[in-house]
Amino acid sequence: MITPENQSFRHIVNNPTLSAAQKARALSVEAENSLDYPMLDEETQAALAARVICDMFEGHAPYKPRYVLPDYAVVLKNGSARLELPVAQTLDEAIHTLMIAYHHVPSVTGMPVYIGQLDDLLLPYCDGVSDAALYQQLKLFWRYLDRVLPDAFMHANIGPTDNRVARMILRVDAELQQIAPNLTFRYDPMISSEEILRLAVTNITICSKPHIANHPLHRQVFGGRGYGIVSCYNALPIQGGASTLTRVNLAKVAALSDGVEDFLTNKLPYYAELNFRLTQARVNYLFTESGFFESFLVSEGWLDKTRFTAMFGVFAMAEAVNALQDKAGKQGRYGFDAGANALGRQISARLEALVAARPLENVWQGRAMLHAQAGLSTDTGYTPGLRIPYGTEPDPVTHIRALAPHHQHYPSGISEILTLDETVKNNPEAVLDLCKGAFASGFREFTANVGGNDLVRVTGYMIRLSDVANFNAANGSRTNTTALGAEAADLTDILQRKPRVVANELLAGGDQ
Amino acid sequence: MSFLQAEISKILTWSCVDGPGNRMVLFFQGCNYNCVACHNPHTIGLCNDCGDCVPACPTTALSMRDGKISFDPSACTACDACLEACPINANPMVQTYSVESILALLHENAAFLSGITVSGGEATMQLHFVRALFAAIGRDPALQHLTRFIDTNGHLGPKGWASVLEVTDGVMLDIKAFDPALHQRLTGRSNARSLASAYILHKAGKLYELRYLMIPGQTDSAAELESLKAFARSLGGPVRLRLNAFRSHGVRGEAAAWPPMPGDEVAAAARQLARANIGPVALPAIL
Repeated sequence: MITPENQSFRHIVNNPTLSAAQKARALSVEAENSLDYPMLDEETQAALAARVICDMFEGHAPYKPRYVLPDYAVVLKNGSARLELPVAQTLDEAIHTLMIAYHHVPSVTGMPVYIGQLDDLLLPYCDGVSDAALYQQLKLFWRYLDRVLPDAFMHANIGPTDNRVARMILRVDAELQQIAPNLTFRYDPMISSEEILRLAVTNITICSKPHIANHPLHRQVFGGRGYGIVSCYNALPIQGGASTLTRVNLAKVAALSDGVEDFLTNKLPYYAELNFRLTQARVNYLFTESGFFESFLVSEGWLDKTRFTAMFGVFAMAEAVNALQDKAGKQGRYGFDAGANALGRQISARLEALVAARPLENVWQGRAMLHAQAGLSTDTGYTPGLRIPYGTEPDPVTHIRALAPHHQHYPSGISEILTLDETVKNNPEAVLDLCKGAFASGFREFTANVGGNDLVRVTGYMIRLSDVANFNAANGSRTNTTALGAEAADLTDILQRKPRVVANELLAGGDQ
Repeated sequence: MSFLQAEISKILTWSCVDGPGNRMVLFFQGCNYNCVACHNPHTIGLCNDCGDCVPACPTTALSMRDGKISFDPSACTACDACLEACPINANPMVQTYSVESILALLHENAAFLSGITVSGGEATMQLHFVRALFAAIGRDPALQHLTRFIDTNGHLGPKGWASVLEVTDGVMLDIKAFDPALHQRLTGRSNARSLASAYILHKAGKLYELRYLMIPGQTDSAAELESLKAFARSLGGPVRLRLNAFRSHGVRGEAAAWPPMPGDEVAAAARQLARANIGPVALPAIL
């Protein structure tokens, strides 16, 4: 019940570090959560309350899908009756139309998480546009995105072709070093040039962006109508998205199990089923109660109601495997020991089978999509997704080879952030080798943080370390994700990722 | 099938500082120099099975069997207490590898690699093995795209180089100092053979990089840097130079107390070398 003396409301209103817009957003979340939750059975409620399963705190009344990936080509080609927009004729008009469109695309954060396959969208308008003009246009566009939609979950896609828009975006992105937008280059060895992959990888050594997506693997899953990579490494259908993301805490399920056998045959299927029920309740509310799909976004064809999946997330695989190893009296740790790694793969295969066997209504293709969830800022003690615990990782090649066999099971996204020491800045070819090796081994996404960069990836989104320092000095931040980054840095070990130093003599004066 | 064996202290499948791209690096055990400023002193000596390291091991990964040190890698936690205990700068964790076992490792990791670098210690002390390995890589259709590099102090003689360069794609040669007395003091050896090697390698088109470690107050003098410039120029064609900077990390003995080389002075030296137009000048990633 909203009352004038509701302390959480008062705390938001009087918080001097939040802007008025940030306060309004926080207040709307509190208001939504003062409503009753969609109806859940008692078992599901109990598991949710114990956070064995988790709704990502998406809110009590789902009135918008978690991730929305409009087909922006529709509004560029057709204009919009609702928004009184004509068909775009020039590059200026196309960018302007997109800037307007973004304001009408909701998501879990209230800001768009997907801003389009930008090279495909803009290339048709680039004939006769000089490089200098393109550079200027994209630079202003990038500045607008970062300043007006300051949320690092917002994600642009480029590739797999080598084209001048993609190249110019890489140039502008490295030059401006902004947290937003996040960027994915989709790589296909049969289509992309080696040169543009090299450009993308060199950008990683400068600003830890872009992610590189293994395009052939994603295309296999999503087919001709396409996919986008959004937010933190989520691969989702274009013209649709994901209605919700719920997740199972594998470590808590392991703690409730007698051993491996009980985990795989009883407890994991049980909590997976409760997570499916949670998913279905949230999806049904969105589809049948919220009125979201009455929107012009659907009637004008930006979105197709049938193309919204439900993401079935898991996390804390490392702690789950290690706990099950303990129960079996085995020493081997996840990420290092062949037996522990094999158990992890067995769990992934079991999860895939559980998801494939459970029909869901109002969900793309009638089944959820398995996802290795990259964490919340409050996940103290649990390692994101299937990652190897921070601070204990092996070298990046061993790291990739340990995790690669899992990737086939997680079509809606799985990620590992590889931390490379600064010496790699002098040798981007090494990152290129690593990326190609990762893809040859079955990795769906390649992501790296490079030591010494101000711009650092947290769970999947970007923060500037200088912003975190500033935020912690109680100055607040104009970006919404910096607060999450600051919280995550406090509560989890994200900044403890161990860089690999292989040649101390090359680090001249590094510790002076 | 080769019966050659090599003593290898460490193998990396990820290295971005031992030549172009990501490289598998084999650190061979044993060195014919005894550098005061060595960053990896535990690679210098060869184990004599004295057993002093056995009680130092907290996980009993080390034991004595029939008068020989026995090492169990599965019990090792890489704490390096044995290296501290070793009185002769050797390493009881050294493993013996065959050419075939290295080829198998290369096959497993080939998708991630631009090439292989043999380092050390001094890899050319186990030249027969290096030659056999490099030749086998060149013959293997799945591996022959990998470039084969040697990281060396250059003490190898002309005949040695002649026997291995045909199957080698590049060499990174460290010159420790140009003043003969200084070189003798820093390494325990004359630099005549290193300097001669530079000419041999450059002439063969195999000198990938000439490396020079700047140590404050010792090898960073104007005279030494002038000698470096003059020497590089005397090779008679472009050569890539790399300046490294001394840090005390890993160093033992008197040099452990030496100050680190200031980054701005390395950068200044690099600018000066670059003006001489001898070739590209590479620097450490962090200055």
